Amino acid sequence: MDDAHLFDGYGPLRGFDEMFDDQHLREEYARVHGAFREMGNEEIRSRAESLASAYLDQGVTFGVGGEERPFPLDIVPRIIEAVDWQPVDEGVRQRVRALEAFLADVYGPGEVFADGVVPRETVLTSPHYHRVVAGLEPSNGVRVHISGIDLIRDADGAFRVLEDNCRVPSGVSYVMTNRPAMSAALPEVFADHRIRPVQQYSRNLLTALRAAAPSGVSDPNVVVLTPGVYNSAYFEHTLLARTMGVELVEARDLVCQQGRVSMRTTRGLEPVHVIYRRIDDEFLDPMQFRPDSMLGVPGLINAARAGNVTIANAVGNGVADDKLIYTYVPDLIRYYLSEEPILRNVDTWRLGEAEQRAEVLDRLDELVLKPVDGSGGKGIVIGPAASAAELDELRAKIAADPRAWIAQPVISLSTVPTLVENGIRPRHVDLRPFAVNDGDDVYVLPGGLTRVALPEGELIVNSSRGGGSKDTWVLADPSTPADPKDAVEDEQTQSQSQSQSSDGEVR
Amino acid sequence: MLSRIAEQIFWIGRYLERADDTARILDVQMQVLVEDPSVDEAVSCEQLLTVMGIEDAPDNVNRWTILDLLAHNADSPNSIASAIDSARESARGAREILSTDIWAAINTTWRGVPSARSKRPVDTFAWVRSRMAMINGIAGSTMPRDEGWQFFVLGRSIERVDMTARMLSTAALAEETQVAWPTTLRACGAYEAFIRAYRGLEGDRQAAEFLLLDRWFPRSIVFSLQEAERALSLLEARGQRSGFGDEAQRLLGRARTELEYRPLPEIVEELPTEMERLQRRCADASEAITARYFSHSEAQEWTGGAVL
Repeated sequence: MDDAHLFDGYGPLRGFDEMFDDQHLREEYARVHGAFREMGNEEIRSRAESLASAYLDQGVTFGVGGEERPFPLDIVPRIIEAVDWQPVDEGVRQRVRALEAFLADVYGPGEVFADGVVPRETVLTSPHYHRVVAGLEPSNGVRVHISGIDLIRDADGAFRVLEDNCRVPSGVSYVMTNRPAMSAALPEVFADHRIRPVQQYSRNLLTALRAAAPSGVSDPNVVVLTPGVYNSAYFEHTLLARTMGVELVEARDLVCQQGRVSMRTTRGLEPVHVIYRRIDDEFLDPMQFRPDSMLGVPGLINAARAGNVTIANAVGNGVADDKLIYTYVPDLIRYYLSEEPILRNVDTWRLGEAEQRAEVLDRLDELVLKPVDGSGGKGIVIGPAASAAELDELRAKIAADPRAWIAQPVISLSTVPTLVENGIRPRHVDLRPFAVNDGDDVYVLPGGLTRVALPEGELIVNSSRGGGSKDTWVLADPSTPADPKDAVEDEQTQSQSQSQSSDGEVR
Repeated sequence: MLSRIAEQIFWIGRYLERADDTARILDVQMQVLVEDPSVDEAVSCEQLLTVMGIEDAPDNVNRWTILDLLAHNADSPNSIASAIDSARESARGAREILSTDIWAAINTTWRGVPSARSKRPVDTFAWVRSRMAMINGIAGSTMPRDEGWQFFVLGRSIERVDMTARMLSTAALAEETQVAWPTTLRACGAYEAFIRAYRGLEGDRQAAEFLLLDRWFPRSIVFSLQEAERALSLLEARGQRSGFGDEAQRLLGRARTELEYRPLPEIVEELPTEMERLQRRCADASEAITARYFSHSEAQEWTGGAVL
């Protein structure tokens, strides 16, 4: 049928669809849906094409194995109403405050252990616990300057936390480039909505980084530290440095002398006070961590310990976004803040605990098993999709080191209409809102990165597995004035999300 | 400005100019081969490869060999494709300080390189020249006149001296063809300016003089040397009461005065040798700039009088 619209035959539905409530178009999508209907297939395709070629010309890419690849941006935006966004905003802020308190405690008095909320060994045996920063007090008390809290929407459409990222969360650059690209591609649709802006992110980030400067420095010199052009997130590093107006340095540009850090310029050495590093802890300082690291700056940790330079995010944050600690975060929120968690976790079993382990081993073929230490979808076993041999192998691994595993039910990720080969079809998405803590307040970027799994029914939303992104429109609450803060990684990232492949109806 | 970034920008300037000038040189070469059937294609192409610094040329070179080695083959370090590739790689390394416009212009050019192969040679050269003109135009209208700009101009000017010297050598070697000098003038965009300056009394010697010594024409060697010297003196933090503290500035200034104060016949007589010497000067100056501004290791040795 040549005259069928791209939207015709939308389906099959798996889980919660954000545009359609069964047969009914949800109200927040009415104008977008109407505009696409009106546009016609050819027009939609041609706009999608110009969107893609604009990204190639601008070099909006991510690196895979040293090769630059475009990060596809879908033409259909994702829309989140003010009323749905509010719990995300509050929940993420709550979570960041709890994680900050936990880190301060872990590298300080350790009351959380004494009170029996989290077993001490759970933290001390984590590969991300770094004794070298114990007792190091950040000048404004902040360790998690930038975080990315990965969310999904469950079968009822409620947001749930899938994972915390407190080390080097990446992806915010796509949020910032998606917006102008979309306003160019869909000007008429854009003008029809009151969308909360994202370009302020850089300014808020710079404010937070400056606020983190060592005490006594009134006009701090902030830099972004990158591993270099071959890093998968290099595009993002350049964008952040460019939009903040600060230098993007590599390790070889920095030098530590007498506990101070400087950078090499055409006019000699210039002091550096705050380093927004996009390098993992282990590579940061060959004197403290991996001696073979070519990306690090010898002496950096000592300079930080001496209070002459601030490293953001702080070294040792990995103990807070560990998948095992994740299971304790709701308890941490209650313990430190005396509040109930606003955003729920995904149900999770700890295999280190005998009772929970027994239950999981019983239902291994129905659950998703994740190594505590993995990232980027590495080592995940999806029970319903695994063969008997794979499950046996998994059983043996669990028996050998039960504490290294957690289990979760197969979650049905929500879907959003996405332009693919055979039309506009439901595809699974997740959401990474970004939060910036300047010590006084936690700012949550309205929107965040929506990643979409392009293959049909794909369970893992991940840029290295053929994923793309969507511009995420958080609508302003019509009854309130504009938010004053609205006035613009992983490296550890690419998280994993799964969903169930139950067959929905073809519409 | 970070030393590493300064170096990247210097090289962006050099590579872009190299791509531009290589296209101009090839354009001349192709026209000479077409317009003058008396030219021995193999000999002339071999000479060109030597001038362009390719030592181990294959046997029986013809126009297609030089098109491959100097235009399309990205693995050949002297090709246009490779220069654009390197310019883009340098730009990627300095992306946070380049304007979006200039980065996109360089990146789009780089993306167009594979399809340039299927164009007619003359169209390829025109495409390269127009892309480079566009990038230079965007740079000129978006880059602040800070250190970064001075390094960009410095790289571009030094490369232009070096490449124009090669163009003059090529023309001198093909002198007997009658078409070499006019086409070289055209390739430099200098034909009309030359005719007007010399009121049509064109001759080979005058053409050489114009491209070597004209103080008003922006692609002449003396003009480009002056540009480079000016950029260097602006980079020099404090003015000097006498002499030049900067090695590169001294080298370039000497090269320029040697050209300007020596009798023209002396230079023209031995043009290829003279031009080779000029190229060596450029290389030395480039090294001096690297040592002074870009070196990553030397800067750290001295702090507060103590060698660490």
